[in-house]
Amino acid sequence: MSIDSMFTHKMWDEDELSKMVDGGVPFPMLSDAGGKVGTVYGVYDEDAGVEARGRFIIDPDGVVQGYEVLTPPVGRNVNETFRQLQAFQLVRETKGGEATPSGWRPGKATLKPGIDLVGKVWKEWKTEQAFD
Amino acid sequence: MPEEAAIGCARPTGGPVGEEPDSKTADKQQPEKKELSMIKVSQKAPDFTAPGFHKGEFINTKLSDYLGKWVLLCFYPGDFTFV
Repeated sequence: MSIDSMFTHKMWDEDELSKMVDGGVPFPMLSDAGGKVGTVYGVYDEDAGVEARGRFIIDPDGVVQGYEVLTPPVGRNVNETFRQLQAFQLVRETKGGEATPSGWRPGKATLKPGIDLVGKVWKEWKTEQAFD
Repeated sequence: MPEEAAIGCARPTGGPVGEEPDSKTADKQQPEKKELSMIKVSQKAPDFTAPGFHKGEFINTKLSDYLGKWVLLCFYPGDFTFV
């Protein structure tokens, strides 16, 4: 979503993005001319007239689980977005029975919050796991 | 899911979905600007409608049409910008 019109989205997709991604952009490119939606989400810069690089993870109940907002010159880390999405999906599937510690990615160990884990995380999770 | 949009010469736009603030009380308290609360995690994402382009068609879309699915909502500064 950006302040560009859907007409500009069409031209950008057809003229440039389809040369980067086969078949063009697979998801809807939305128009927020005037920045009304961006204002509600706190990403619209009124002075510049554009929206910051905001990214919101919204669950199937319509609840915001996470967000990130960057200024324009720095691009996103899409892999990190997918990692977070996978983590939120796992937490949802286990109904909160499992939690994903720092550095978690699919396949790595989760934590099972409960009374037995209090003060024992050091046994279950090592600092190196945040970085490997 | 998104419905196909009729094409005119105007530049269509969408906006937030929901009740307008009570104009009387809003005028008294905030004469110039509406106070907007920050997005918070664990709270509902504000619903909105927006026109757009998707796979060769112009569409109208509404966030709440995606209830039941995970949504990644991404904003960016503009088409044809570099990053």
